[in-house]
Amino acid sequence: MQTKRLIIVAVGGQGNLLASKVLGEAALLCGVPVRMSEIHGMAQRGGVVESSVVFGDAKSTIISDGEADVLVGFEPLETLRALNKCSRETTVITNMTPLPPFTVAIGRGTYPDLNQLQTLIQAKTKQLIAFDAVELAKSAGSVLAVNIVLLGALIKTGILPITKENLQTAIRTKTKKAFVDVNLKAFDLGFQLPGQA
Amino acid sequence: MHKLLTDSPGEKMLLLGNEAIARGAIEAGVAFATTYPGTPSSEISLNLFQISNESDLYFEYSTNEKVALEVAAAAANSGVRTFCMMKHVGMNVAADPLMTLAYVGVKAGLVILTADDPFMFSSQNEQDNRYYGKLSGVPILEPSSVEEAREMTIAAFDLSEQLGEPVILRTTTRINHSSAFVALGTIQPRNTKGDFTKDPFNLVAVPAVSRRLHVRLLENWAKARSIAETSVFNFIEGEGSWGIVCSGVSYNYVSDAIHELGIQNKTRILRLGLTHPTPPGRVKDFLTGCEKVLVVEEGEPFLEETVMAFAQKAELTVPIAGKDETLFSRLYEFDPTMVRQVIATYFGVDDTPSQVPDLSDIPEIPQRPPNLCAGCSHRATYYAVKKAAEGMETIFPTDIGCYTLGFLPPLSMGDFVICMGSSVSTSCGFSKATGKQVIGFIGDSTFFHSGLTGLVNAVYNNHNFTLVILDNGTTAMTGHQPHPGVDMANFNRSGYGRISIEAVVRAIGVEHVSVIKPYKVKKSIEAVKAAIEHKGVSVVISQEMCTLYARSLKKLNVRAFQVTDKCKNHRDCINEIGCPAFFLEGERVQIDPNACVGCAVCAQICPENAITPVKDKKAG
Ligand code: SF4
Ligand code: SF4
Repeated sequence: MQTKRLIIVAVGGQGNLLASKVLGEAALLCGVPVRMSEIHGMAQRGGVVESSVVFGDAKSTIISDGEADVLVGFEPLETLRALNKCSRETTVITNMTPLPPFTVAIGRGTYPDLNQLQTLIQAKTKQLIAFDAVELAKSAGSVLAVNIVLLGALIKTGILPITKENLQTAIRTKTKKAFVDVNLKAFDLGFQLPGQA
Repeated sequence: MHKLLTDSPGEKMLLLGNEAIARGAIEAGVAFATTYPGTPSSEISLNLFQISNESDLYFEYSTNEKVALEVAAAAANSGVRTFCMMKHVGMNVAADPLMTLAYVGVKAGLVILTADDPFMFSSQNEQDNRYYGKLSGVPILEPSSVEEAREMTIAAFDLSEQLGEPVILRTTTRINHSSAFVALGTIQPRNTKGDFTKDPFNLVAVPAVSRRLHVRLLENWAKARSIAETSVFNFIEGEGSWGIVCSGVSYNYVSDAIHELGIQNKTRILRLGLTHPTPPGRVKDFLTGCEKVLVVEEGEPFLEETVMAFAQKAELTVPIAGKDETLFSRLYEFDPTMVRQVIATYFGVDDTPSQVPDLSDIPEIPQRPPNLCAGCSHRATYYAVKKAAEGMETIFPTDIGCYTLGFLPPLSMGDFVICMGSSVSTSCGFSKATGKQVIGFIGDSTFFHSGLTGLVNAVYNNHNFTLVILDNGTTAMTGHQPHPGVDMANFNRSGYGRISIEAVVRAIGVEHVSVIKPYKVKKSIEAVKAAIEHKGVSVVISQEMCTLYARSLKKLNVRAFQVTDKCKNHRDCINEIGCPAFFLEGERVQIDPNACVGCAVCAQICPENAITPVKDKKAG
């Protein structure tokens, strides 16, 4: 089975661990081997959280520079920071709502211009899908569903060997009961975005 | 029911490496477990702590790793299967009992888990704990995957009983914090009732006894070595005259690399899982017929040196390499591409490196360092100490916990840290050696871990410094585990003792002790000043529950603050305490009402009284 490598980057608290868990369950339903790795620890105090998900027969759980097939960023600056994981063959999906790091918030650093950020990513990778996932999550019923909106956009690209149906099943079984409807809606909104089919 | 108690063998579950290890221990019928929390090992104990609430498993958070291992040693010598978990540096603390426990041995399985942290994602060093196996004579098992972590945990208990020795299960962060689908096995019944048979001439390690026990240990070690010769965890894979020896996560990178390089039919892998004692016969068989050999292991050249020594003994002249300026480094962790490149270089095959884009035109990306939470009481305490010590020449030894982050600007509180408990003893040294004003910081959990002994030393030797104990009612850094000062009702547990830090400090004989509430800024500054003025050892206990923890316990009454028009924009708030709830909007300071927890510290330091509670809006 062909190996597909996915990097998810987020700021602590944005729910990327749940997103990888849902993906993992969907992979099991699709009969696809999956391995994941996450970096947390000191990052829990407002730092960066990164997870790698490797689909297919590879044994490694981490992804080297230039080796990601897909990069999903929950925050634009963090997407830019993770660009070293990408190559010309990589598809990048990113939320465009900034969460400025504290260093920027207090004037000790500049947040890059969002247009420039998109141009840069576009120039260096195969495809960029950038949108305001927070807006879509809100219209699905909760800002907390940003992670699931992004999963919708991710599955739409068709890069991962995961079907829409199995991902929806994983949302039903692996996210909190009270959030299932919101999450399914959030997934659909992400899925409806233009991407590959 | 806890998911790790699921009794359906064969079922596949997505587990974190640490959960797989906890599950392995449950399947092995572990009945007794001890630990001191430390990343990357913490989730193993968290799961066992939860399970102990629903079963007859005994679990404890011990005051430190030495205590944890000593408690475990007694249980295992009473015939109860016991698990003792720690992070790699915890093993340094437990090293004292470990060395002699190897002599004394165990009656039932005792597995000591050490979670090593190459690249130091959350640690102060990246020591390779395989040397503890060598130092103590205790066998080491090293899993390569999450699935194998479950399997090896069970095997470790069996091996421990087979030998009558504790066994070290050594993982690295990439095992602990990776997830995969794990097929569950059968849960063996727990034997929780032990018994102890007196046998002083084998169990009391006085010199005459130990002289004999050392002989026994060496016999066991030889037995372990012959087990390693045939262990299923040590296997050879593939055919060819290029040899690769590896262990742990490196095996995954090697497997992927030789497929990607297309050299499967030229390469043989010796994967060692029972890495200590390393089996000489296995290694010799492997080396014979190899044209050249590469050893792939993170950390120190532990296997490399052993394999070379075996080759020398067998008079084999095959080239063997591993750590070398042109090959692998002793620094940090490996990654798949790096391993593939080194393999390609060493065996002289072409590697098409992945096309990393040129990133030279990317603007400077602002850092996102971890930070003390909004409203964290440590920030308030640091501010009070800073104000109280203003104008003095001071040294601030600090310790291990969230509060270590106080060394970052704008607080910049923290000048020296080496290990748990070191703030107290280094304060002794700094004050004696420099004569400067010394103010040390230690957390509550760390105080019980190993701060106490330093404080006893300070009182006894009549040192001169102030110790600030940052008592936030939990072990915050590793995920809010309890410690001897904690109210266990927070965990819905009864039947525990609770120790007052204040009473202990007074009992040791500290003459000047004060307790402050750090959110009361003025009073706190006064109390710290008085403590500094005291000649001799003084202690300030700063009590306020960890904000994050209080929030999770629903004990936080959030009332957000705001910056009003009175603000003159000199930004004392940002420059002095730097709470992450602040941000700049245009040129004006604002407070994010969703982040602010209403500690009111900023309001008290603002000289313009420009920061006031939001009246109409409840934030949260
Ligand atoms: S977790 Fe608690 S102790 Fe740690 S930084 Fe946050 S509020 Fe402070
Ligand atoms: S009151 Fe001030 S210092 Fe406290 S959490 Fe809110 S903004 Fe931060």
